[in-house]
Order: sequence, then C-alpha cells, then structure tokens
Amino acid sequence: MAVITVERKPLTFLERTYLPQIVGGLATTFKHLIAPKKTLEYPEQRPAIPPGYRGVPTLVRDPNGREKCVSCQLCEFVCPPKAIRITPGEISADQTDRVHVEKAPQAFDIDMLRCIYCGLCQEVCPEEAIFLQNQYSMSGYTRAEMVNHKDKLYELGGTLPDQHYKWDQKKTAEDHGNAH
Amino acid sequence: MFDFFFQLHPVIQGLAKGLAVIMVIFPIAGACSMAERKVAAWIQDRPGPNRAIVPWVAWIPFFGKFLQRLGIFHVMADGGKMLFKEDSLPGHVNKFYFILAPIVAMIPALTTVTAVPFGAYFDSAGKVITLGLAPLDIGMLAVFAVSSLGVYSAILAGWASNSKYPFLGSVRASAQLISYELSMTLAVLPVFLWVNAPGLPGTMSFGRVVEFQSQPGFLGGMWFGFMMPLSAFIFLVALFAETNRQPFDTVESESDLVGSFHTEYGAFKWGLFFVAEYSHMIVGSGVFILLFGGGWNPLPWVSLATAVDWLGAILPFAHAPLFVGVLSIAIFLGKTLAMIFLFMWVRWTLPRFRYDQVMKIGWQKMLPLSIANLLFYAIAIAVIQK
Ligand code: SF4
Ligand code: SF4
Repeated sequence: MAVITVERKPLTFLERTYLPQIVGGLATTFKHLIAPKKTLEYPEQRPAIPPGYRGVPTLVRDPNGREKCVSCQLCEFVCPPKAIRITPGEISADQTDRVHVEKAPQAFDIDMLRCIYCGLCQEVCPEEAIFLQNQYSMSGYTRAEMVNHKDKLYELGGTLPDQHYKWDQKKTAEDHGNAH
Repeated sequence: MFDFFFQLHPVIQGLAKGLAVIMVIFPIAGACSMAERKVAAWIQDRPGPNRAIVPWVAWIPFFGKFLQRLGIFHVMADGGKMLFKEDSLPGHVNKFYFILAPIVAMIPALTTVTAVPFGAYFDSAGKVITLGLAPLDIGMLAVFAVSSLGVYSAILAGWASNSKYPFLGSVRASAQLISYELSMTLAVLPVFLWVNAPGLPGTMSFGRVVEFQSQPGFLGGMWFGFMMPLSAFIFLVALFAETNRQPFDTVESESDLVGSFHTEYGAFKWGLFFVAEYSHMIVGSGVFILLFGGGWNPLPWVSLATAVDWLGAILPFAHAPLFVGVLSIAIFLGKTLAMIFLFMWVRWTLPRFRYDQVMKIGWQKMLPLSIANLLFYAIAIAVIQK
C-alpha cells in the first residue's frame, strides 16, 4: 500500500496563541447550551427498544394459549452461568387440547442474578418457547425476588405469533393415522 | 429612615454590615455550585438536576414546577447533605492542621470581601459615596495581600493529609499562585498609574478606579477593559489560574492527582473548601468588574449618574439615595454573575492544561507580556498626562 506522507504545517502565530481556538470552542459550547436536550429523563421517559433486543428471558405461549415449553431442558444445559432450573412434569390427560404434547415444565426458574443475557437459551430451544424480549430493567430487594418463577416468566412473555403451529400439525397428522 | 442605624456603635454597624455581606456571599456561593451543575448539564445537552422539591412549593401550580426544573432545591439538598454527613477524620492525618486547613481557607476568602466596594449612591451634594464594608484606601493591595493567603490552606491541607497526592497538589497550588500573582499584579499597575493622575492624592482604592470610568467624554467614559485590553486579558487569565479554575485546575486534576487536597476531606470540611473556592471566584470577578468592567456603571460611556438622570424622567424617586444604592448594587451583582458564568462556560469548554504548560504559560508568556504591557502604558500615560 502506498504510503502518503501528509505534510504537517507549522502552526501559524494565531494558532499558537490558542485564542481563536478558545473563542471557537466557546461558540460551540454556547450552541449546545441553548440546543434542545438529547437525554431522556429515565423513569418517566422510556427509550424505544429496537427489535431483536436481548432483554430478560421469558417463556411464551402459542396463539392458542398453550404453553410451548416441553421441558426438554436443553436451555438448562446450554445456559453458561447455569441460571435456569427446570423440574420436568407430565401433562395430565384431562387437558384435551394438549394430549399430543408429552411433557411440560412443573417448575421453571431463571435466576436473574446469574443470567448474563446471552440469548443461548432462545437459540437452542427446539420449541421456540423461550425468548429474550424487550424488558430491560429487573430489580428486587432480596435474592429470592430476583428469581423468576414459571408464572412470572409466562406473565412477562405473553403470547408471540407462531409460524409453525407444531401441535396442530401433529394432531392433524395423528387424526390421519400418521404419527409423524 | 436609616438614622437609627448610623447612630449605632461603629463596631455594631460593622458587624451588621459584615453579616449582611456574608449572608449574601454564602448563598451566592451555594447557588454558584448549583449553577455550575446546571451550566455543565446544558452544555452537555442534558437537563441537569431537576428533581428535588419542597412539598409546599410543589403546590404552587406553574411556578413551583418551574423552580423544580431549575434545580433550585438541589442547593438545599446538597447543603443539607454536606452538613449532616458523617464528618470523618482519617487516622493517618495530622489532626490539628487537618481541621485548621478548611478554616484557613474560609478566612481570606471572606475577608477580601471587606475591601471590595459593591455599589454607590450620591449624597445631597451630588458626591459619590461608595458602598462597601471598609472603604480602604489600599483596596487593591488589601485584596492581593489577603487573597494570596488562601494558598496556605491548600498547603496546610496537603501537608496535614499526610499522603502523596494531596501533597503534590498543594505544592502545585503554591507554585501556580506564585507564577501568576506576578503577572496579575503587573497587569493592574497601568490602571493605577492612570487613575493616580498628577494633582490627585495617591490611592489604590477601587472607588477611584470606578470614578475614572464614569467620567464624561470619550476617554473618560471608556471602561478600562477597552482602554487596556491586554491588561484585562492578562488579569483574567491570572484570575483563572489563581482561583484554580479550568483550564488551570492542575491542583485538583483528578486524572493524575485523584483530587489533590480534596482527597482526604469529606462532608462539611470539604464543603468549606468548596465555598471558599466560589467565594474567591465571586470576589475575583467583582474585582475584575471594578477594574476593567466599569464597576456599577450600567454600560460603557453611560455612567450611573447618567442612567439615574434618564430614569429620573420616568420614575420620580430615581434620585433617592436608597434607590440609587440598590440599583448600583444590582448592576454590579449582575455583572459579577455574568463573569461567573464566563468562568463556568470556559470550564466546560477547555481541557485542562498540563502542569508544565501552566508553568510555561505563566513564566514564559504571561510575565514578559505583562512587563511589556506595563512599559507601554507607563510611557503612554506619561505622555498623555504629563
Ligand atoms: S424452554 Fe425450550 S429449551 Fe428450555 S426446556 Fe422448554 S422447550 Fe426445552
Ligand atoms: S440468556 Fe443466557 S444466561 Fe440467561 S437464561 Fe438464557 S442461556 Fe442462561
């Protein structure tokens, strides 16, 4: 690569007095003094969260209101700081709309004091059941308060649009005598 | 109306006046710290402190909100915090001098005020009477002599702190003070050469300086800032250096000295240093206004007397001594506050000079410049005044 030598001009007398620079600087700062403010006043004004933000991990339901997580525990294994604790559970037979689903978590805890918001749980989940959404502020007075239990996780997560309707497809396939 | 006041014992009169001035300086110093934060915020495109509010002020519909946004009540919050915080005394310090230092800082800071007149009125004969705590004939000398004592507090604090960085800071403080004191003194000499015109009794008082700036005529009404711009400039730069303000605050310089002699201090003792610094600034700005900014004259070439005559056309009571006194004090305070704003504005514009640069500017630039300036004006004044 060609090297371009930039000639460094010696400072002029005015530049060496530093005074024009000071006046210029004062003019710049004065412009900012009267310019509109750029910061938000946080608790009252909230920033707009861009899509794809990695906030607090949450569990989501499918558009039919069913929980999507099947407690495969992949997220628990992948989580680098071991923030997730899952107790797998069966789905009772009386839940007719979920008979094709084998399991659901009995308990699902994410310790937000450990979570590093890496997003690996979202990436690994085969059911698209866990998402890092746009909630960015978590606070509590005790350690226990900082552990998100299952209800809290669903409350935070809400329902997200689904592209696959996996359980519906599975049901149709079963109704046609085809288990897979 | 004020007869009863003038009948009091002079000592009591002096005490009352002194207290009144301190009661003004202290809140202004507090308000300055607030203004500093606000100006800093505005220059950095932030709204600045605007949350604290006293409940019963919050009930005032519109104005209360305005005061809150202005951050007025943060002064009280800050002051209260400073007062009631635990006043810790580190174990390794020299206790006596450690406690003495902030007191020594306050004394010269408040003492200089006595020599600075801050207003004037005309008695029935039309003679100008300056308002001030002590209308000293040696005005300028007194200010120079007392204000430089302030550096002892820095030295004491640095030494008593018994740790490395505070000590380095105080050494810098004294070196800086010596370097700039010289050019500062040389810069004001032309002013006093000019006001001590032949035929007048010799004086160093500020009253005379302002009187010379309120004369009729082109040269008479000219503020000394226009007549001697270089003097004004050198004085201003030296003032920045002496009050340890940016860009000359190598003394504090938290990036290389942690915070200098502020390092070991906290709570009220630290607050005293803070108030002392602002008092120095206020007095320094006042002196600058007196010497180069026309004192209590509202505009260049418009003296207080002229302004009062103009006002007299509209207001019947414009010639009352009380009105003139208050007006002159208001003008003077307004100008001084504008100067303080300049201090803050510069602070948030310029980066700090390195210590060697400070020394270089002081000895190699300011000093020769002020000597040349003095020679030039000495010859010019000799030629003009003969
Ligand atoms: S959230 Fe996803 S990865 Fe984690 S247990 Fe449930 S289904 Fe498996
Ligand atoms: S975001 Fe990362 S750290 Fe947090 S729960 Fe998911 S995998 Fe664990």
